[in-house]
Amino acid sequence: MKPAAASLGWALFAVLGAVCLAVIALHRGESINALWLVAAALCVFFIGYRFYGRFIGDRALRLDPTRATPAQRRNDGLDYVPTDKYVLFGHHFAAIAGAGPLVGPVLAAQMGYLPGTLWILAGAILAGAVQDFVILFMSTRRDARSLGDMIRSEIGPAAGWVAMVGTLAIMLILLAVLALIVVKALAVSPWGTFTVAATLPIALFMGLYLRFLRPGRVLEVSAIGIVLLLLSVWLGGVVAADPEWSRAFTFSGVQLAWMLIAYGFVASVLPVWLLLAPRDYLSTFLKVGTVSLLAVAILLVRPELKLPALTRFIDGSGPVFAGSLFPFLFITIACGSVSGFHALVSSGTTPKMLDSEANARFIGYGGMLTESFVAIMALVAASVLEPGVYFSMNSPAALIGNTVESAAQAISGWGFSLTPEMLTQTARDIGEGSILSRAGGAPTLAVGMAQILRGLMPGAGMMAFWYHYAILFEALFILTTVDAGTRIGRFMIQDLLGAAYAPFRRTESWAANLAATALCVGGWGYFLYQGVVDPLGGVNTLWPLFGISNQMLAGLALIFASVVLIKMKRERYLWVTALPMTWLLVCTLSAGWQKMFSDDVKLGFLAHARKFGEALAQGQVLAPAKSIADMQRIVRNDQVDAALTLLFMAVVVLTLLFGARAAWKARRAAQPTALEAPYVAAPVR
Amino acid sequence: MSPRLSASLQSLAGRLRAFAHKLEQTAHLAVGVPDYQGYVAHRRAHHPDEPVMSYEEFFRERLASRYRRGSSRCC
Repeated sequence: MKPAAASLGWALFAVLGAVCLAVIALHRGESINALWLVAAALCVFFIGYRFYGRFIGDRALRLDPTRATPAQRRNDGLDYVPTDKYVLFGHHFAAIAGAGPLVGPVLAAQMGYLPGTLWILAGAILAGAVQDFVILFMSTRRDARSLGDMIRSEIGPAAGWVAMVGTLAIMLILLAVLALIVVKALAVSPWGTFTVAATLPIALFMGLYLRFLRPGRVLEVSAIGIVLLLLSVWLGGVVAADPEWSRAFTFSGVQLAWMLIAYGFVASVLPVWLLLAPRDYLSTFLKVGTVSLLAVAILLVRPELKLPALTRFIDGSGPVFAGSLFPFLFITIACGSVSGFHALVSSGTTPKMLDSEANARFIGYGGMLTESFVAIMALVAASVLEPGVYFSMNSPAALIGNTVESAAQAISGWGFSLTPEMLTQTARDIGEGSILSRAGGAPTLAVGMAQILRGLMPGAGMMAFWYHYAILFEALFILTTVDAGTRIGRFMIQDLLGAAYAPFRRTESWAANLAATALCVGGWGYFLYQGVVDPLGGVNTLWPLFGISNQMLAGLALIFASVVLIKMKRERYLWVTALPMTWLLVCTLSAGWQKMFSDDVKLGFLAHARKFGEALAQGQVLAPAKSIADMQRIVRNDQVDAALTLLFMAVVVLTLLFGARAAWKARRAAQPTALEAPYVAAPVR
Repeated sequence: MSPRLSASLQSLAGRLRAFAHKLEQTAHLAVGVPDYQGYVAHRRAHHPDEPVMSYEEFFRERLASRYRRGSSRCC
């Protein structure tokens, strides 16, 4: 394209984006079409990618296409393979996409769609995509080494240890909160439970097929598996309609929690080809397929957003999560705008396959923008629901009671019109007994998706089918993460304990394996159980803890990136990483501080523990506890949560201090001191 | 069919085939299996005297390596 035509094109794009944002901003009090939101997001992302992404690549990092990448220098046809950028983009996106960007925006919708949308857009452009891109670049310049490794060599061994402990803690919280979402979605839902349980035999069948019948035919077996999955969604409806069968698949939250804990232990010690790998295939394809389907459906159906732009809950009194807009909105959205976990992927397999430094922007920056687009779609799915329905699904029973009448009354009292009939009708539409207090984001997203997809494919019973399909889709990749994450946690524990007692490090030793797996499962299982029995719903407590830890990890990655920019003598562009770093540190530290020390018992762990401790000392039992033992457990949980928050904050502060020391040394050096792999010219293509 | 039309149809078919191939590569890599043909070509070119894994062996090796040491996966 000629430069003038290109400039004109971008100018039109900017105008279109501005118009969309203006429509969103000006239409207060009346519902607007989701398309405005989607179009605004696309314009902002394209402009951010073209201009800010390119600025970072050309000026701050100075991507050098003449420099050989690890894939070119160490090509072995297996791990290190120079890969076409579109093919690699698919790999990278599949690796970073998960449940986080789907759940966070749904929870954040309690404040209305506007705050969430703005933070997803700004956060992705200025923080999330920057982190993924910069870490991918830095790992590519360092033989594709991992983030922990790079922190050790560029900042120091102590910082490396701190990062490792922090990463293990975030892993445990992540697994607990994801498992909790599955429990919340499946509790007392025979249809959902049957469908998710059916994935086990399907995955085992696929594993055996792939091992013995048709080795290596992975696409063929995945296609078979997906057909079987769809059949199981249909069969689940039959099971739920049968009184006897439906009783066999109806479980309470506590029962499901124990099943998941047992499952996590067994699944992570089984050979990977039998269960983990086939389910990984299913969840990868289902994930990409469903996200694309949702995008198409939103474009074709063009649903109206029913949720207001802002709700009264920006003051922090909301039922879904406690805490005011700053900092808790930013903590809650989590992965949709910036995710520390991506730094692990960007310094893992992806840099080993990059075929030119010049493509790091497309993969790193572009991959994160795509993920944020998924977050925007999740926000749309939550916002097409009637606000009353949204709040009845996401508020704990302690606030809205256990009947449709009490829920309708409580929520109407908050100013959202709602009748008991609307609640029973929605439950009937999706084939469930009740939709009250189905916290955790997944069921809400599933109802929203079902509503949008019904517009695409109308018909009796379609809404129930799509609802359970969406539950299956989320549960499937959450279970894959639980399984894979338990393995990763086990390796981390073996590494950490191995430093104290060497035989622990031997990954082939069964005793060390089982002990570390038990420790890991016990770790996340503790928080899962605590969340399930928590009368306030658990998601209330655990999701903010997860958000804090995830943003903390992103903070660590950006501290590292800032130190490296200084060591490269690129201080002029330090703000590119230092700005999002500062914002994330301010958010995580102030959220952590409030979670620890706030006098509001709904917010502060210690205030809550004090209130219950004092009552306990006088032998009183406060609702929602039912016995003295409940009271003791609530106090102990609060103390554990507070200790964990303190740990997260300490990790951030310590890394910042280590980083400042390394940066100070680098400032005084006359030459660049970044430890990059030596320059090798790329083969001419 | 005119020769020009048949030539352009052929080039279209070629492009579609290339696209399908790329799609297949993407799907494979998304679950951790890189391009087998590329692996074979690499071994032939750089290690002509050493054995080359069959596709089945290659697949097993890749599967084991994907989960060997914590393949990170996001939330």
